[in-house]
Amino acid sequence: MLAKKVKLRISFLFFSLLILFVIFFLILKSLEKNLVYFFSPSEIYLNSDISFDKKIRIGGLVKQDSVEKKDTIVEFIITDLKNEIIVTYEGMVPNLFSEGKGVVAEGKLRDKKYFIATTILAKHDENYMPPEVIYALDKSK
Amino acid sequence: MLKNFFPNKILSISNNTINSLLFLTIVVLFISLIYALILSPPDYIQGDSVRIMYVHVPASFVALGTFAFVGIASIFNIIFKIKFLPLMTKSVAPIGLVFSLISIVTGSLWGKPTWGIWWVWDARLTSMLLLLLFYVAYIFSWKLIKNFNKANKISCYIGIVGLFNLPVIKYSVTWWNTLHQPSSITLSSAPTIHFSMLIPLVLMLIGVILYSLLIFLINYKTEIMKIKIEKKKK
Repeated sequence: MLAKKVKLRISFLFFSLLILFVIFFLILKSLEKNLVYFFSPSEIYLNSDISFDKKIRIGGLVKQDSVEKKDTIVEFIITDLKNEIIVTYEGMVPNLFSEGKGVVAEGKLRDKKYFIATTILAKHDENYMPPEVIYALDKSK
Repeated sequence: MLKNFFPNKILSISNNTINSLLFLTIVVLFISLIYALILSPPDYIQGDSVRIMYVHVPASFVALGTFAFVGIASIFNIIFKIKFLPLMTKSVAPIGLVFSLISIVTGSLWGKPTWGIWWVWDARLTSMLLLLLFYVAYIFSWKLIKNFNKANKISCYIGIVGLFNLPVIKYSVTWWNTLHQPSSITLSSAPTIHFSMLIPLVLMLIGVILYSLLIFLINYKTEIMKIKIEKKKK
């Protein structure tokens, strides 16, 4: 009977420590990246001690008419309507990547105006509408 | 009516009531699933993958709400030591666990075609994963600790600590830059989701809540019966 109790306590301790470890790991991991998933172009522009060799993420809207495709390289501008930054990316962009819509780019800064992205994610906004509503809205403009 | 939840009365919630609730749940879920998966319009950007939202959002809502119940019941339990509260939380915790799992899985299934990635460590997703872990810890504490009073105490602490995670989950998309989109339905402004999509969403939410209530009642009855059997053994 004692062996059973001891076994029970050991397994309880093991699992609770495991879970506590994972919990703290998650907290530390998210705190490490400062709980902010991406910086806006304004935050990059205004930040004085931004590092140029750390991987960061920049998010915002893809500026209208800014997307240029040269072979496999895509160049576009991320804007937060106050500041903007030029982004280059080599590879396939996600399906929902389009002008005027949200995007998060992960990569490194070359300088304050230029960003070399290694990953592009399309960000979805909080609006949900059927296509007919969009046509009606566009028509009325 | 609240008296019906007391141990001496709970068994009086007859099988008929549970069967009626089961029937109602099936009807509501059937209607709302047809509305959500077939009748509702596709989204102007996402197309048909918006339909994952009709499962993902109600699941997340219930996962969050259930833990709120567990946490608050744990507070009352610690203060007033009301005997049937741990039985209630034991009954409701597995529901929350399953729905937080559904939330994460459906979220990933939506994220891959939309964002381009299955998972990111942004504030919303990370805090939801934390919620899942709190459910696991809560259920494990009851399963692994044999002494009822000890298990009661520890699970209450877990419930109370986990309560702090809930506002983090809710406001993660407001407080920080996240990949997960901000709330479409808020108390302060008009919903940014078109009514043709809002209606099936609300219907699904009602169906999921009914389902959770059903499972809760069945579990709760079982817990009470277990205790009565234990008492008779002595």
